[in-house]
Amino acid sequence: MPQQQAILETRGIHKQFPGVNALTDVDFRLFPGEVHALMGENGAGKSTLIKVLTGVYQADAGTVLLGGTPVRFTGPLQAQQAGVSTVYQEVNLCPNLSVAENICIGREHRTAGLIRWGSDRQRARDLLERFQLDLDVTAPLGSCSLAVQQLVAIVRAVAVSTKVLILDEPTSSLDADEVEQLFGVIRQLRAEGVAILFVSHFIDQIYAVSDRVTVLRNGTLVCEEPIDRLPHLELVKRMIGKELEVLEQLGDAAPRRAGTADSTEAPVIAADQVGRRGSVAPFDLAIRRGEVVGLAGLLGSGRTEVARLLFGADRADAGRFTLSGKATTLRTPRAAIAGGIAFCSENRKTEGLIEDLTIRDNIILALQAARGWTRPLPARQREELVERYITALRISPPNPDMLVRNLSGGNQQRVLLARWLITQPRLLILDEPTRGIDIGAKAEIQRLVVSLSEEGMAVLFISAELEEVLRLSHRVAVLRDRKLVEERINDDDLTADAILRTIASGAHQ
Amino acid sequence: MITWTRHRLFWPVMLLVLLLLSNLFFTPDFFSIQMKQGHLYGSLIDILHFGAPLILVSLGMTLVIATGGIDLSVGAVVSISGALACWTISQQSDQGSLGVVVMAVALSLGVTALLGAWNGLLVAGAGIQPIIATLILMVAGRGVAQLITDGQIITVNSSPYKVIGGGYLATLPFSILLVAIVVAATALLTRRTALGLLLESVGGNAEASRLVGIRSRGLIAMTYIVAGLCAGVAGLMISSNVSSADGNNAGLWIELDAILAVVIGGTSLLGGRFSLTGTVIGALIIQTLSTTIYTIGVPPETTLVVKAIVVMIVCLAQSPSFRAKVFRRPGFAPPAARPGEPGPDAAPAGPADPTETKAEVPA
Repeated sequence: MPQQQAILETRGIHKQFPGVNALTDVDFRLFPGEVHALMGENGAGKSTLIKVLTGVYQADAGTVLLGGTPVRFTGPLQAQQAGVSTVYQEVNLCPNLSVAENICIGREHRTAGLIRWGSDRQRARDLLERFQLDLDVTAPLGSCSLAVQQLVAIVRAVAVSTKVLILDEPTSSLDADEVEQLFGVIRQLRAEGVAILFVSHFIDQIYAVSDRVTVLRNGTLVCEEPIDRLPHLELVKRMIGKELEVLEQLGDAAPRRAGTADSTEAPVIAADQVGRRGSVAPFDLAIRRGEVVGLAGLLGSGRTEVARLLFGADRADAGRFTLSGKATTLRTPRAAIAGGIAFCSENRKTEGLIEDLTIRDNIILALQAARGWTRPLPARQREELVERYITALRISPPNPDMLVRNLSGGNQQRVLLARWLITQPRLLILDEPTRGIDIGAKAEIQRLVVSLSEEGMAVLFISAELEEVLRLSHRVAVLRDRKLVEERINDDDLTADAILRTIASGAHQ
Repeated sequence: MITWTRHRLFWPVMLLVLLLLSNLFFTPDFFSIQMKQGHLYGSLIDILHFGAPLILVSLGMTLVIATGGIDLSVGAVVSISGALACWTISQQSDQGSLGVVVMAVALSLGVTALLGAWNGLLVAGAGIQPIIATLILMVAGRGVAQLITDGQIITVNSSPYKVIGGGYLATLPFSILLVAIVVAATALLTRRTALGLLLESVGGNAEASRLVGIRSRGLIAMTYIVAGLCAGVAGLMISSNVSSADGNNAGLWIELDAILAVVIGGTSLLGGRFSLTGTVIGALIIQTLSTTIYTIGVPPETTLVVKAIVVMIVCLAQSPSFRAKVFRRPGFAPPAARPGEPGPDAAPAGPADPTETKAEVPA
């Protein structure tokens, strides 16, 4: 295949954002009639590359070539007219319009300015038939399942003569059958000679549908290989990169923390085949007093979904929870909080802090919510608590009247931690508590986790960094493609390499 | 710059003072207050007296807006409240009896609380958008008021009832004292309990509030009940002052003045932090404006235009981004730096702008 002319190609692409090199010297090639996977961890530059390809961003240096001739798209619409269409993770269609209208909108058949609806509907029907999709084209799109909406978006994208189709995480909210249906469409388009760029975090799907793969890391192109020459483990290693060696050293230096939990006592929380359709497959997980359980897995592997189920932020549709030996349902966060569970979300700004309120208000919020509005914390107790946690967690500036909006990421994270610590939870769920904060703050939060667990708190620790997970956890549960595939005691046998192998290929018993 | 100019109430207070001072040009004795027959008289007293219903309605509106909602039905509730009280009194043989008046007032307030609860049910229970949910009662409510009054203006002759909106106590109009009591009660309710904090949290970030375990539905419903009650008291005041109930015109458009008062007072329509003091000042600005327009003798047919122009100036003066553009003062970030924020045209809610809330941190 590489002998033929690339349909879409970049040469020496550079793209810089304030403070970061998003893309450095990227030479990317996409050939007609291939499904090409674009892989990389969070922040590797996948979306930036796609945006450069479709004209959302202009590259600072380098050229984009379409069919061998340099092009300079000024926007997605122009790219689409040139034959480069993109379907995003969230369906960008109008759920209130019919399927036919969604497919034809913007390019309706007209007679003297009036839309010929009949002809449009027929065109939509023909297009859907081409992909063996049997749909009522007059039904509102919103009444279709998410998978069908995704397919309609693809059909809309290829309705114009498309040479390149970019699919940005199209499968992230689909279940297995729906993914298969989507892959059917992808394979047919490939047979018709369309070049497909496919971004997904699901490794199995990449191997199921792709021909070749390009791996990006920190804005540089790491490799471009036929998928059958790149074993699972090798792919994951390339995505995560040279941190691997460093990480192993750290892993050896860190004390092993296995086997301190008392296994006769009922666990603080036990999940028995808890799951939620389209979110995470049923799993078992138990966390005991004084135990840190780490969740490892790639982005999108279901780490956050597990945390949200354990906190009642999403309602489980299968399985049972037991809190300290008592069966419970955990239908709402409120129920979870009453059961002694605390959850620091990875999205500090949207799901954690109230940015317009002060440090004081944010810290006491969870405790106050549990007490209800009629029983405010006595002023003296409140000031004392706030003061104590500002000092203990070294929140800076140590001014309780400061608006949280004006704090740095690390300090915002500390405020969020303080909020939950004053409720004295029995289980603390930390979802990426160290993301986006500086090294010093990171080490402090890691130390805090250790000392909390020594005092008897159970902790569920989620992080994209294996090094952190290995250093802090007594046990590590590994997630892969929204399944909990393995749970291991963090002893000398457990290395970052072993976890990577599990992430890459599933449990290896 | 001096620190106190950065206080979030600096501009509203400044505008109120300017507006009051501007009256001196037309009425030199504007600030004089005289004692006649044991009652205080003067323009300032008049502003407080006539502004009382608006202050009340705006107080309730503040709490609703803090949760990110809005209540368009308060004007209709004002008219229902007055109509119901006057109708009840007019049905009795002894209109002047205190028992009759107490019964009428209790009935009105009970019904207005129920109307507020209805709004709360639609918004918090059924999840209807506040502007639509309260639009229902805004339209239907006036119809209900006219049904109660049978399309007529009901007049009553009851001296105890007259006290509420037109009476005096300890040299001051009773309505001013009543407002002072309600303001104090609302302040206690929100700031001496955790209600204010939880409302600001729900309005500031609904999803984060859910994840922190706040039962927002009950709180939101409660703000609509408080708004209904405040409108109810305002309705009693208005009808009592003129000893009659006009289902058609009582409280007409007061919801819009109330929203304006809340916004001028520095509470963002997006919800979150609210200021009751700011709202009172905002309501006083609007009332002072109306009074000024009447005293300087603007022809009646042009009063609305004049009012609109002044309101526009007030809003522009309060917008930090507008001030930054006009005066090029350092310390205010231009709005263009934050995509997603409404521009100066779309944001009369100036003090609610993040740059302004930042300004509250003591330097």
